[in-house]
Amino acid sequence: MVDEVDQDGIERIDVRYVANLARLYLDDSEVDTFQGQMEGIVEYVKQIGELDLSEIEPTSHARPIQNILREDVVSPGLDHELVMDNAPREKDGQFAVPQIIE
Amino acid sequence: MNYIVSIGLEVHVQLRTKSKMFCSCDTGYGAPPNTHVCPVCLGYPGAMPVMNKEAIRMTVLAGMMIGSEISTYSKFDRKSYFYPDMPKNYQITQYDKPFCDGGAVEIMVDGKPKTINVTRIHLEEDVGKNMHFRGSSGVDFNRAGIPLMEIVSEPDMSSPQEAYDYLTALKQIITYTDISNCNQEEGNMRCDVNCSIRPEGQTELGTKTELKNLNSFKAAFHALEYEIARQKEVLEAGGEIVQETRRWDPDTFETYSMRVKEKAHDYRYFPEPDLMPVVLDMELVEEWRSGLPELPEVRKARIITQYGLPEYDAGVLVSEKALADYFEGAAELSKNPKAISNWVMTEVLRFLSEKEIEITELKVMPKALSELVSLVDDKTINMTTAKEVFAIMCEKGGEPAGIVKEQGLAQVSDDGVIDAFVKQAMAENPKSVEDYKGGNKAAVQFLVGQVMRMSKGKANPQMVVGLLMDLMKG
Amino acid sequence: MGIEISSLTVHGALDALSGGECSSEELVRDVVAEIAKRDAEVGAYVSVDEELALEQARAADAARSAGKCGRLLGVPIAIKDVLNVEGQSCTCGSKILEGYTSPYDATAIAKLRAEGAVFLGRANMDEFAMGSTTQNSAYKVTHNPWNLDCVPGGSSGGSAAAVAAGEAIAALGTDTGGSIRQPASFCGCVGLKPSYGRISRYGLVAFASSLDQIGPITKNVRDAALLCEVMSGVDKMDSSSMDEPIPQLAVDLPADLKGVTLGLPKEYFVDGMDDDVRRGVMAAVEKCRELGAEIKEVSLPHTKYAVSTYYIIATAEASANLARFDGVRYGKRAEGATDPIDMYGKTRAEGFGAEVKRRIILGTYVLSSGYYDAYYLSAQKVRTLIRQDFEKVFEDCDALLAPVTPSPAYRIGENLDDPLQMYLGDICTVTANLAGICGLSVPCAMTESGLPVGLQILGPAFKEENILKVGHAYEQARGDMPLPEILKR
Repeated sequence: MVDEVDQDGIERIDVRYVANLARLYLDDSEVDTFQGQMEGIVEYVKQIGELDLSEIEPTSHARPIQNILREDVVSPGLDHELVMDNAPREKDGQFAVPQIIE
Repeated sequence: MNYIVSIGLEVHVQLRTKSKMFCSCDTGYGAPPNTHVCPVCLGYPGAMPVMNKEAIRMTVLAGMMIGSEISTYSKFDRKSYFYPDMPKNYQITQYDKPFCDGGAVEIMVDGKPKTINVTRIHLEEDVGKNMHFRGSSGVDFNRAGIPLMEIVSEPDMSSPQEAYDYLTALKQIITYTDISNCNQEEGNMRCDVNCSIRPEGQTELGTKTELKNLNSFKAAFHALEYEIARQKEVLEAGGEIVQETRRWDPDTFETYSMRVKEKAHDYRYFPEPDLMPVVLDMELVEEWRSGLPELPEVRKARIITQYGLPEYDAGVLVSEKALADYFEGAAELSKNPKAISNWVMTEVLRFLSEKEIEITELKVMPKALSELVSLVDDKTINMTTAKEVFAIMCEKGGEPAGIVKEQGLAQVSDDGVIDAFVKQAMAENPKSVEDYKGGNKAAVQFLVGQVMRMSKGKANPQMVVGLLMDLMKG
Repeated sequence: MGIEISSLTVHGALDALSGGECSSEELVRDVVAEIAKRDAEVGAYVSVDEELALEQARAADAARSAGKCGRLLGVPIAIKDVLNVEGQSCTCGSKILEGYTSPYDATAIAKLRAEGAVFLGRANMDEFAMGSTTQNSAYKVTHNPWNLDCVPGGSSGGSAAAVAAGEAIAALGTDTGGSIRQPASFCGCVGLKPSYGRISRYGLVAFASSLDQIGPITKNVRDAALLCEVMSGVDKMDSSSMDEPIPQLAVDLPADLKGVTLGLPKEYFVDGMDDDVRRGVMAAVEKCRELGAEIKEVSLPHTKYAVSTYYIIATAEASANLARFDGVRYGKRAEGATDPIDMYGKTRAEGFGAEVKRRIILGTYVLSSGYYDAYYLSAQKVRTLIRQDFEKVFEDCDALLAPVTPSPAYRIGENLDDPLQMYLGDICTVTANLAGICGLSVPCAMTESGLPVGLQILGPAFKEENILKVGHAYEQARGDMPLPEILKR
């Protein structure tokens, strides 16, 4: 589990675990700093829990539009050289990365 | 101990749109790495996706083919996980509002139909391709963003063979609608498999494992065979199955546990804010439905009645839409559909498998085949000659009548000519004539053969037999 | 040169250019000279590409002499470093985008380019637009031209500071929770956050996709109207852009407010609000009444949940939007990684600053298994309530008047260790983003210590003309504001 609730009712967040989900290394001092800050923020935002939201529809887009589709037409993409110029590392026209272990 | 096997499949099918799912990059296979890419499919900062309408139509068609309920309200979601082949480190997919709900595919088990239920079909984007160099890996994003339809089945299959048959049936349906090439070598159709076993008598399903990297139907079959045996072994040794993802290694023919660093997958799905919901207008859905091809089973039944074919023939012919189209193309022009069917099932299929080509690549056009059958039926040529003409058409194409004329292959039905050959054969083979007269009726076959040789196969065999028997009677 | 750059507006520049008072090249040289004079102290720009700007200016001059026109022909503007301009860097104030060269123009940029605008350089910002002080930039701290010890606001702090310090005629910013309006207010500029969907977001590096909007920071309301007009319109590359008619925003701005009803949302005049801010805003309200507007108190009852709602939604979306910065395809990659997972962890640890890390963690947390319903889904529902609050008051009001922030610009370094305190300062601005409506910040007063105060004017979605009319009429009645001391040196 991500966390649990302490005796004082404060949600304990496993900051390192959450950061790992986001593929973000933290050093110990960052974990310490973020721990208190995150718990303070989470404690505050929990205020929305006092509203009765059972009958309310969620809003995931600011404007209620739908069916924004494109036709299946091909157009040229980016120049290969331009693309590889941005690559931190390249090998044989591909983006090179440390060995993937599956 | 006997075990009940439960197998569920997640089949990923690349749709054959011209452009990618969310951008207008080319979907063509085999281009040099990272040449079919743009800011959108490379996950560049600031780029945004826009939905390809055709991919949605194709997904809905697939759903219609297997009897899914087509959702009036669908949306896309982000599924977060990091992988080098994933440009944005989230995949745009559909979480709780797919385009198609439910559906079923029928397979035959021990001669009886069995229904494999489909949970849903949703649409997502394909990822890039990883290559492995010594000491490092490379990523090519040409494939990233190609529309990928995922067909999720219920755990209704109870053997590797059923899984194989389900995949074959699915492929048949999909190629019928022309929405994917289903080319396994090009990775058009790939699957993940869930598999669990439980002792007979137990009702709840056992712990399942997920098998990945199954790029062909055969791989799915073998991986399942291996995995079922492995699970049995674990249980019989008193062990427990661990819920995990395993990878099929086609070289060692084994599955092995994938190194998993995370405690559990947490994909953090949420609605894709950059894409608006899709509300399918029922009028449009019906318009799409009207473009639906006949289902294989329906077509089979029609072919049986319309052309008076045996069930077996019809089954073979509808196995592939292109084959059925070929047959019907010829049969509609012919007075003898059964002969067409015989030709397709023997000579045509043999040639295709010898040359490893598709029916669409065959140079013998349906019209030519129907003419060839007519030439045999009106005795212009005999069967031996017909096969010769067929072979010529396989090489060069062309019209059978023209070839027969050009090569002087028309059957000889001239009484005088045949009479001369028959007499010559009897004169040269007195022993056979004796044998026949002595009651060995089979001897006539030898004489017929002699006449055919002398006529270079062109003599009308019925006339030859008739004449021989007349002459030998006396 | 007879042109006074520090107070030169876009319209003023266009008049000067078309009247032959100066060329675009001269204008650009003058602005670049101002940058050279002052930017070491102000720190508004991450980078200035003088050569490129001069090249564009010469092209504009050539076009003008060839009789071609463009609505912004030859006008130099600053671009927030979060918008893609082909061939330029786009750091987003982050080290993680070091080395990235954009291969394409954002749609808004392409539209400005088509009208002949000249791009001066990349304005500093809080990393990935996360912050309200511009202290979260990996490159430099931007100082408020009115008081160099104070923050310029953020996240578009570089854009606002550039305009206030005479280092640009106008600038582009982006606003996810107030990032145009708040720095405009802190720096004494006009800032417009258009309605969600008014200007295409294609090419704007996303912070929170359902909240982000591009908008102008300018010296007066008419300029803001013109820039907005130029950038507006539906875009096939942005599915959320709206096919709404583009009004002629910069013309037809009336001098009075007869027949206009303006609401005063009581929840925006919060306890603990700075006295100077309250006084300044209330004086502006009185001015609007004098101009003929009917003023009525209204209520937006869910305002107190807005900051919570905003930080859940914005960070959740950001956690996914920022996942692409992984060192594979562009930007920075950490050295010495053993496998891709290690590479991600190290690259992102080295590449992101503290505020971005904090928000990624918060956003990941609120979406994680078991917490989605309590946080993300609930926040989306509260968003509905906040949107409905506005719909209701806009039945009777043409626009609303409110403060932009509860306080004027504060000192650099203040509250840095207390993110929650910082977030609470966004109370008056995040609502417009949650509801998708438009908002304008117009300077209305000076505090006793000599810092500008902004008046916020909020209008219904796609009714930019409402807030621009009010803003313009008020601006005319208000008269000229003082200029920062730094401009007199």
